[in-house]
Amino acid sequence: MKVLFEKLNSGSTFAGVIENRINYLISHNMLSKRSLVGVRLNFHTLAVLFLMLIGTQAFAVDPTVASSDEVIAAGKTVFNANCKTCHKLDQKYIGPALRGVTDRNKPEWVKTWIKNSQAVVASGDSYAVALFKEYNNSVMPAYTFLSDEDLNGLLAYIEYGDKVDPAAAAATAGAAATGGSGSGIPAEYLSIILGVLVLVLLLILVVLGLIVSVLTKYLSKQDLDQDDKEFVSQKFEFGKVLKSDGFVLIITLFVVAMVAKTAIDGLYSIGIQQGYTPSQPIAFSHALHAGQYEIACQYCHTGVEIGKSANIPSANICMNCHTHIQNVGGKEGVSPEIQKIYNAVDNNTPIEWVRVHNLPDLAYFNHSQHVKVGGIECQTCHGPIQEMEVVGQHSALTMGWCIDCHRQTEITTEGNAYYDKLVQLHSDSKDALKVKDIGGLECAKCHY
Amino acid sequence: MKENKKTYWKGLEQLSNDPEFVKHADREFPEVPSVIGEDGSASRRDFLKVMGFSLAAASLAACEAPVRKAIPYVNKPVDINPSIPNYYASTFSSGGDYASIVVKTREGRPIKIDGNELSPINKGKVNAIVEASVLSLYDKQRLTGPYIGGKKSDWATLDAEVKSKLASAGTVKIVSNTILSPSTEKALQALSVAFGGAELITYDPLSNYGISKAAETFYGQAVIPSYHFDKAKTIVSFGADFLGTWISPIEFAGQYAKTRKISKEKPEMSRHYQFESNLSLTGANADYRTPIKASQSGLAVLALYNAVATKAGVTAVSAPSVEIAHLEKAATDLWATKGASLVVSGSNDPNVQVVVNALNELLGNNGATVDFGSPVHFRNGNDARMNQFVTELKGGQVGGVIFFNCNPVYDFPRGAEIAEGIAKAKVSISTNGTFDETSSLVQLVAPDHNFLESWNDFQPKNGHFSLAQPTITPLFDTRQAQESFLVWAGSTSNYYDFLQANWNSTLYASIGGLASFQEFWDQSLFNGVVAVETASSTLVPVGDVSLAAAEVAKAYKTDNAGAELVIYSKVGIGNGTFANNPWLQEMADPITKATWDNYLTVSQKWAIANGVTMIEENTSKASVTVNGKTLVVPILVQPGQAEGTFGLALGYGRTKAGRVADGVGVNAYDLLDTSKGFVNFDITAGVEVAVTGESYKIARTQTHQTFMGRENVIQEATLADYKVDNSAGRYKPEIYRDGEFIKPSKISLWKGHQYSQHHWGLAIDMNSCIGCGACTIACQVENNVSVVGKQEVLNRREMAWIRIDRYYSSDAPADDLKAIEVAADNPEVTFQPMMCQQCNNAPCETVCPVAATTHSSEGLNQMTYNRCIGTRYCANNCPYKVRRFNWFKYHDNKDFAAANFAQNDDLGKMVLNPDVTVRSRGVMEKCSMCVQRIQAGKLTAKREKRKVQDGEINVACAAACPTDALVFGDMNDPSSKVSKLLKIEENISALKEVGEERAYHVLEEINVSPNVWYFTKIRNKDKNEA
Repeated sequence: MKVLFEKLNSGSTFAGVIENRINYLISHNMLSKRSLVGVRLNFHTLAVLFLMLIGTQAFAVDPTVASSDEVIAAGKTVFNANCKTCHKLDQKYIGPALRGVTDRNKPEWVKTWIKNSQAVVASGDSYAVALFKEYNNSVMPAYTFLSDEDLNGLLAYIEYGDKVDPAAAAATAGAAATGGSGSGIPAEYLSIILGVLVLVLLLILVVLGLIVSVLTKYLSKQDLDQDDKEFVSQKFEFGKVLKSDGFVLIITLFVVAMVAKTAIDGLYSIGIQQGYTPSQPIAFSHALHAGQYEIACQYCHTGVEIGKSANIPSANICMNCHTHIQNVGGKEGVSPEIQKIYNAVDNNTPIEWVRVHNLPDLAYFNHSQHVKVGGIECQTCHGPIQEMEVVGQHSALTMGWCIDCHRQTEITTEGNAYYDKLVQLHSDSKDALKVKDIGGLECAKCHY
Repeated sequence: MKENKKTYWKGLEQLSNDPEFVKHADREFPEVPSVIGEDGSASRRDFLKVMGFSLAAASLAACEAPVRKAIPYVNKPVDINPSIPNYYASTFSSGGDYASIVVKTREGRPIKIDGNELSPINKGKVNAIVEASVLSLYDKQRLTGPYIGGKKSDWATLDAEVKSKLASAGTVKIVSNTILSPSTEKALQALSVAFGGAELITYDPLSNYGISKAAETFYGQAVIPSYHFDKAKTIVSFGADFLGTWISPIEFAGQYAKTRKISKEKPEMSRHYQFESNLSLTGANADYRTPIKASQSGLAVLALYNAVATKAGVTAVSAPSVEIAHLEKAATDLWATKGASLVVSGSNDPNVQVVVNALNELLGNNGATVDFGSPVHFRNGNDARMNQFVTELKGGQVGGVIFFNCNPVYDFPRGAEIAEGIAKAKVSISTNGTFDETSSLVQLVAPDHNFLESWNDFQPKNGHFSLAQPTITPLFDTRQAQESFLVWAGSTSNYYDFLQANWNSTLYASIGGLASFQEFWDQSLFNGVVAVETASSTLVPVGDVSLAAAEVAKAYKTDNAGAELVIYSKVGIGNGTFANNPWLQEMADPITKATWDNYLTVSQKWAIANGVTMIEENTSKASVTVNGKTLVVPILVQPGQAEGTFGLALGYGRTKAGRVADGVGVNAYDLLDTSKGFVNFDITAGVEVAVTGESYKIARTQTHQTFMGRENVIQEATLADYKVDNSAGRYKPEIYRDGEFIKPSKISLWKGHQYSQHHWGLAIDMNSCIGCGACTIACQVENNVSVVGKQEVLNRREMAWIRIDRYYSSDAPADDLKAIEVAADNPEVTFQPMMCQQCNNAPCETVCPVAATTHSSEGLNQMTYNRCIGTRYCANNCPYKVRRFNWFKYHDNKDFAAANFAQNDDLGKMVLNPDVTVRSRGVMEKCSMCVQRIQAGKLTAKREKRKVQDGEINVACAAACPTDALVFGDMNDPSSKVSKLLKIEENISALKEVGEERAYHVLEEINVSPNVWYFTKIRNKDKNEA
């Protein structure tokens, strides 16, 4: 298999002919030219898919690629910072799947390609030209700033990093399918148990009722003295109970309490917009971008680690990808939603998104403090954003909500010299150093 | 215990214990017009109002929050990130005034101006006008495009009109204030060449023509010298307000403060003599101040010359003898420190300046403290030429006139004649940005950009260059004046290219060592300033002092019986260019503490003689007649005013400045005299002052927030005493307990705080504080402090978070008129910046019923607006009277639309600091020690995983202070500047042991334990006397 693959790659004309031929065959066999996920069924893809089926071992990694853990870790950082938006290791994405790249080409070639792919294409390198053409002439940006060290790490990560062991993957998938995690009883069992319990209680009630009626009947036939007779034959007077002082008092108290609670809850909810899910001018789906494609939040929300605002992405950030991706699910033509981005850019009119999270002016909130310094996940406050088709306000965003978190959250002090003195002064305490211990509950931390 | 027996007073009414004043003084808040009816019942309207409120509250529950938009950029510029400020080096320049600045921008709009620390001129410092100038960018009365004949037009039509009209106009003159920009001069040359050698005429509203004219006579070159106050051990000033308004005040204040800083290691300071008529900011800082009549000022200079000449063994000049206190002493000190002394004069009379030059020559100061060899270019206009031009214009000899960003109809003494003359010119053009007094009279207005929208270069001194770059896209359809000149001259180059080409061919060519012009340009633009080596020459006198001395002897009188008017300019309003800036209008004048007005300052003696009393704001008006022109102005009784003289400030009485300044005060430019060929600010003849009896109120803040007769707020000593005992002048209160006297700080109701990370503190050196008020404006800009307008200042409701308390002091309390007269004759002055003292045992915190003011773990006293319910208990309980209550909603309120436009119209609001809440009605506010800056600085450190470095966080007041009188820092950091100044032992307790003997807490005896420390004022006087 390897031999064939290499041969196909090396003989440019031959490969080209074969590829064209296959494309021709596919289209003439009335097969869809695009798969559902927008992966073109051409020769390379087929080959990659085939190789993936038989496991990644099929690649012969170039021996010069380092495999030490540090180098791989360093490479991962480079990958996440620069490549992740368009590439995956084992799966075709916006760009090709990367694993095995040093098998397909010499590492030196790959490095030159990464640094400036357009130059390689321009040089007439047949593999490069074919690849470029295959991906709809999508330009991969030049990464001239990456050092040789970065590139070596990158290649190491591509070849050896984050390998998915097929057996393990299958096991995880299986475990997921059986549902639930190890700890606790699954929810459906709980409801069944509850149902059974209710049923049993009802049965007991019925049985008790039957016993009472049987006993009453029996006693009424017996010869009893007057008092007992009265007692046995007495009727339960519903009206009397309803009119009793105790009952009226209880009901009144209950009603007053309910009204008060509703009123207080109502007052507390003034200005709280939890669950607020306005429709947006563009039907942008976080589930697709952040969920399915796993685009890092920071890629679009550029301010989240440096400033107060996380930033709603400007249209030019959308265009980084949407210059090439014009429709969803591999459909032909331009999606009407994506067209709105093009209109914004062409007419130089900004997209007027509807603000979902509105803090009052009197509260100062800074994203970088929480995300960069505190290391808080976006989902902690924004909820499962990667599952939201339309973004809604997940948290209450009330002061109580802020304060609760500040009371409970431990500070990541490790490796941050700013906290050294605080940690030292706190060291004789049994509890962990929390936000509340360093003034996180003070007014002027958020109000000024 | 305290040896000092002086009486301190903020105003004369306090000194005399006026019953009306005493009645007010113990009230925390002034009388509020009551909403309760006469009989104590609420009126029907109030009932309806209350009903309305309940309805609103009820419907609140039902309403949905409005839909808010989040609109990102289409194409986000790489450098601009929402919520992160960008800083650009640029230059402030207005006429001959200059400051190299750093502009803070947020989301592409300038919001704050700081000094550029790389500048060798202003060294990172600014003054009130520079600080406030950012608001003028957002004045909605700026012109939004070119105008022809008062009608809006477009640039192409205007250009065609200008070109055709200028070509056929005949003689063309260009009128301007001093031009500091070499490239602008070049652009003007191009214009001049295109239109038959149009002449450039420069003048300055605050003229220094006398100095350059005298230099021409005496040294052969018409230049204004550099001054080095930092090298002077003895400074003698005759009416030159060099700390406030004279030539280059920011620079001079910085230099002066260097000689006033005093410590155990360096127990030396300069000695400063001031001889003047009005009490100026500079005079208020002098060690020895002598009030003299303006008519004597020339003779005083001559007398000093003769006294020094005698010591130097040089022939004295003939002069009538005058009796002036401290003059002989000044001569002795000058001679003792010759070569390191300095004599300056604010007079615009060239003859007086010649004598001053000769005096500095005698003392060997030329080349040392005053340097004619390296001249400055500030305010070097030519009064004589301007005067002649007015005559020409009026005579119809000028065919075309271009007013380049100047307003001579308002600010030249013969403004009315210019207004008349403009109509006679065939073509009149102005580049002014608003329809002011001049531009509203011309045919064609080609409005210039605001300086924050422009490219430009400046050369304040030989060898010093700086650049200005736009920090915002032009808001309106204006065009940079220099670009207009180039267009009219037929050039196709835009001004930016022109500027670069000019730098490439001149500056870059003159200095080597850089790879390319682009590199040089980028670096210069980044730094904002460039310094190149220039050959400095030493000028030798070529003139003769005796000629000038004879003229002086002739012109000045030993004893003038008539009234004299001395016209001056204020630190805030200056020459009036920025009069339409409400921040400057409401800034309390450093000396009079008056806002929103100019007035006639009179001596106490004159006031008593003429039956004028002034209790707080209530005064009466007087008519001032000078050679047939009469102005009616309110009277302000000014301690220290020389007997027989009256002071009147320039910069007021604007008629076409805009909605803020129009009709505020009177225009004193009309009274200036040009008959001697120079603009004479001292009018010694033909002045008549008569009380009209009409009553008037001047909104002054001097008696607001008094300390109720506590005498130890100001602690001071003389230099001699300080040398003996470093704690001289300190009041050390002690409290008797358990058989011994202990410090108040040893007794406390509270457990005390522990500050484990930071402990913010402020050290204020009262010896360095000159009272200029730059800090007050800096605070206002940084913290969105509202402007409240004149009426609300009269109601004692000004909002300033930092005020400068100005105290007069005299030897004894005064009970009768005579004693008041003596006390007010020439009192000493002390300035004390006062802001929230961030007490560790804060009295305000304990009385707040809703815990809206609380203590932080970093030593700050926090004010939480959204929690405040407005009981005002805190302000009642604050011993320093630094809390401010929002009596009204000052933002989005049509009643304050003009005065507080920074918080009312859409354009004005662009100046607001987005990190600080704009407070609403009914809440208390006060100095937060710029907590937003502290938080931002800490966050940067945390993000970069390091400790906060000293100096990276600074409060707005300290950053602006031209004399570094305020030093802010972390008192828990032993290496911080503030810790070193205070000599603090390292500990995390709130109660720091301070080793510096000059440092004290105001009102130490009540042990509220502030985090603000004051350093005693040291006067370089022989004995402690007022």
